[in-house]
Amino acid sequence: MQIEFNLNGQAVSADVEPRTTLADCIRNDFGQTGTHLACEHGVCGACTVLVNGEAVRSCLLLAVQVQNDKVVTIEGLSGDELTPLQAAFRKHHALQCGFCTPGFITTAHALLSHEPDADEDRIRDVLSGNLCRCSGYVPIVEAVLEARSSYRDSGSK
Amino acid sequence: MKPPIFEYASPLTVAEAVSLLASRNGNAKVISGGQSLMPMLAFRLAAPELLVDLKHLKDLGAIRIGEDGVRLGARVRWCDIESDARLAVSHPLLAEAIKHVAHYQIRNRGTVGGSVAHADPSAEMPGIAMTCDAQMKIVGSAGTRIEAAADFFTGPLQTSLEQDEILTEVHLPAWPAARRWAFLEFARRKGDFAMAGVALYYDLDSGSRITDAHIGAIGVADRPIRLTEAEAVLNGNQMSDKLIAAASAKARQSIDPPSDIHAPGAYRAALVATLLGRGLKKSAA
Ligand SMILES: Cc1cc2nc3c(=O)[nH]c(=O)nc-3n(C[C@H](O)[C@H](O)[C@H](O)COP(=O)(O)OP(=O)(O)OC[C@H]3O[C@@H](n4cnc5c(N)ncnc54)[C@H](O)[C@@H]3O)c2cc1C
Ligand code: FES
Ligand code: FES
Repeated sequence: MQIEFNLNGQAVSADVEPRTTLADCIRNDFGQTGTHLACEHGVCGACTVLVNGEAVRSCLLLAVQVQNDKVVTIEGLSGDELTPLQAAFRKHHALQCGFCTPGFITTAHALLSHEPDADEDRIRDVLSGNLCRCSGYVPIVEAVLEARSSYRDSGSK
Repeated sequence: MKPPIFEYASPLTVAEAVSLLASRNGNAKVISGGQSLMPMLAFRLAAPELLVDLKHLKDLGAIRIGEDGVRLGARVRWCDIESDARLAVSHPLLAEAIKHVAHYQIRNRGTVGGSVAHADPSAEMPGIAMTCDAQMKIVGSAGTRIEAAADFFTGPLQTSLEQDEILTEVHLPAWPAARRWAFLEFARRKGDFAMAGVALYYDLDSGSRITDAHIGAIGVADRPIRLTEAEAVLNGNQMSDKLIAAASAKARQSIDPPSDIHAPGAYRAALVATLLGRGLKKSAA
């Protein structure tokens, strides 16, 4: 099936089998491998991307379902510079191997774009669906707490 | 973990969706949020010829609140319920229960209709439908029918839906402002499926006696159930610690949950008794 959507600000099109997940489409058809796949059945959050501004799991979405939608992946969140959220992750050592990080950053970005005043409980609640084997989570929460101020200043990113 | 081969259609009307389902003799499946079906496809527990996506059926996305209760369109998502401030008054039990469903990203996609049609015995929405005597609105080739929740859930992941039928609405009867209620569940991690959960409500008569007690339980049988024997213990009596203990004991005796890798059956039965006791205390506070 022929599909068209917007990927990180660019109009793109692809010819995909209906069974192709959005994650596989982004990675294989467009070579944007920042979106990570681990469980491929919705339990780890590594594949989180934004569709029309909402955080969703790209392994639980078919590419044919995002026809005409706006998809943003980790690649679309920053240019050459780190965003304040990414810089906070670095400062707080919120990653070690980094495999889970794109999923945490996209999720936290969606949260803070909608709720820049999210408190620690809310942040923990929202991040509860993302798994990290390395960091122990505490530094991730600290990084997201710190990044809130940049979302208050600028609205969304 | 790759889904099997299938075709895909995204019809613009319910009628078109129904005729697509009917055209494949049981080999077509609806996809709504995809948050249960996509894992089933990934594990190849489901292998339909055709997926019929409800994404364009915007009419099914509304929450309608009126004199006769709350009508949830099948496409209403968990995040829509979370952000609808009216529900704190119009149906606080629903609002509280849905807080426990899944995680942030899943809540942006998962729908009421998908959950009810999937009929996971541990899922919150089917539990609320059972507890609250919900009416399901179902559209198929033969027309529209309304079915009570008690008849709709027929077994583990099984419902009375025919192959060519679509669930369009879940209707929860009106909620009196003074009604007492509680929802409690236990999961190892926030957002995961509950090991067991209890939803309850009742009204008080002029003598502060309990009337019309409804107690539902999830995660303890092959489908969401009502704990009718525990309800009978409550009805006609004033709330007291003794009554709470008696209702909890009755609840524990009246169920026989299956054992699985998450917990033995006896543990789940004890959990229901504990959750019911806490819920009744909370409801009376
Ligand atoms: C990691 C994870 C954790 C989760 N935790 C929970 C939890 O704690 N509690 C909980 O309740 N759920 C949980 N879920 C499931 C989630 O809530 C699903 O969204 C929901 O159960 C199904 O809704 P859906 O819209 O995604 O349905 P889909 O996945 O699209 O469909 C599910 C089934 O219902 C059928 N169907 C869908 N809509 C209709 C309709 N309108 N008419 C007829 N048939 C229809 C489909 O054909 C399919 O068989 C979890 C999911 C994941 C991946
Ligand atoms: S890869 Fe999508 S949730 Fe794990
Ligand atoms: S940093 Fe290694 S999994 Fe999170």
